[in-house]
Amino acid sequence: MTVLRLGYVPLIDAAPLIVAQELGFAAEEGLTLDLVRLGAWAQARDMLGAGLIDAAHMLVPMPVGQALGLGPALPGMDLVMVLSQGGQAVAVNRNLEDRLRRAGHDFAFDDARAAGTALRGVAAGRLRVGVPFHFSTQAELMRHWLPACGFVQDDLDLVTVPPPMMAEAMARGEVDAFCVGEPWASFAVDRGVAALLLPGTAIWAAPPEKGLVLLRDFTDARPVETGALMRAVWRAGRWLDDPDHRGTAAEILSRVIYLNLPPELAERGLTGRLTISARGEMRDAPRFVAFNAGAASFPWKSLAALFARRIAGRHGLDPQDAMACATRHFRTDLYRQHLRPAGTPLPGASSRVEGALAEDRTVAAERGGMILRADGFFDGFVFDPAAPVPGA
Amino acid sequence: MSKRLLIVVVEPDSARAQPIADGLREAGDHDIRIIAEQSGLARQVADLRPDVVLIDIANPSRDVLEELALASGPAERPVAMFVDRSDEGLTRAAIEAGISAYVVDGLRPERLKPILDAAIARFHIFQQMRAELAATRAALEERKIIDRAKAVLMKARGIDEEAAYALLRKTAMDGGKRVADIAQQLVMAAGLLGR
Repeated sequence: MTVLRLGYVPLIDAAPLIVAQELGFAAEEGLTLDLVRLGAWAQARDMLGAGLIDAAHMLVPMPVGQALGLGPALPGMDLVMVLSQGGQAVAVNRNLEDRLRRAGHDFAFDDARAAGTALRGVAAGRLRVGVPFHFSTQAELMRHWLPACGFVQDDLDLVTVPPPMMAEAMARGEVDAFCVGEPWASFAVDRGVAALLLPGTAIWAAPPEKGLVLLRDFTDARPVETGALMRAVWRAGRWLDDPDHRGTAAEILSRVIYLNLPPELAERGLTGRLTISARGEMRDAPRFVAFNAGAASFPWKSLAALFARRIAGRHGLDPQDAMACATRHFRTDLYRQHLRPAGTPLPGASSRVEGALAEDRTVAAERGGMILRADGFFDGFVFDPAAPVPGA
Repeated sequence: MSKRLLIVVVEPDSARAQPIADGLREAGDHDIRIIAEQSGLARQVADLRPDVVLIDIANPSRDVLEELALASGPAERPVAMFVDRSDEGLTRAAIEAGISAYVVDGLRPERLKPILDAAIARFHIFQQMRAELAATRAALEERKIIDRAKAVLMKARGIDEEAAYALLRKTAMDGGKRVADIAQQLVMAAGLLGR
């Protein structure tokens, strides 16, 4: 058995790594995964950079920021597969909840336009929104959704708050709203400080959330272990996407050595059945989090380009250069090479127009066809990585 | 004579913060501040405009400092990330010791090195203590799982505790596994079977 050290941050979307070890998918590939619980996203990046862990559970935009030179000088990092889509929830504090209800908002939990417009109507002054990290899908979702609903730059303050501290930050009045990965939004609801307004998937139907990130030096020097790890994690993701397995997954994840929370809390996000308010109202969010289905794990180069263009715009970098640079760190080549032997469906192209699928669609794959899941944005936004950059 | 540096140590546990501050004082004539209260951390740090910020690598509040390092424009940036394009060995040593440092742009490496060396030495001690604590916790956790597995066996097979443990141990030895791992599998299987 080869031992690989993996770093993860306690969230439900660490499930593919934990399940790969706990249910023997890693052992089938001759691997033992030494899972190291981390306290901060920057810790994942630094420990990976220093070679103290072999692979990391990371926010998908993190390797993009790193590729653009916006992090510390560490060896090159590549995202070899996406670990999860969705899994985030948007919450507001009790005061905003109250005002939204009085304004007639129904908390239906499925209409980003209605929720955003209602929020714009009742928010007074600057809206302080907690997100887990500067480079995060949550930050990108908030920067897309709120301006599309009438918020202007001066109305918004995005504040970094570590996920386990999100509820506390809201209780102290440091943030008015937040977007965070489960189980930390549900945790805030149970503490009686928050009401859930939307799942991330209501804003963007298939938002890539976490990725498996390795040093490029490692993928070059140890292709056998890289492939074995990717296959083990991919099979764990496939197991996780069977709805009958989500309850068991919640049990495993919640153990003291992993999330150390009541299993019922992790189960909400994993089953997509969430308690949204202190009144105990329940909402079903189909496809709240996906690990494998509909090519969820494919590291589309167009996703790297999408995040790169947005981040470049905020940091005064050339968008065209940024996109070219970031796409080199999303390793569709390794995905094809290492997952082909596992029978993983492989799309014909490695880049696509993001946000173009209003519903699921069968497309040509390397062998036969495969289903790609709907990935539309609530406002019809599409991103074509090949289109000229406006103003460039 | 260069000006005194303002060094901020972000550490909620005063039993840890104090020795770090002492170590830093020995390393040079610096102004040292400890921030224990982590709410509003970004504002606290920005207000102090320190030359160096030291924080445990695993402290979740690190991610708040990352934002601070990135958010402001280059001209007004209060702290830049410590980036060791100059000294990779030092960065690595810091990360290995479990420490991360944010350093104001333009601070000369020869001024930074003694500070980091002192911090690294103190953090190493904490790292060791933390590893020992984690090992103790893991052992406790394993004991609990083994107890639960024994209970499952005693109930299912009508045997006493000693026999249950012997059975676990034999199964582990035959399979080349640890008793705790066998116990874990048994408890999980029993859970699936609703026992």
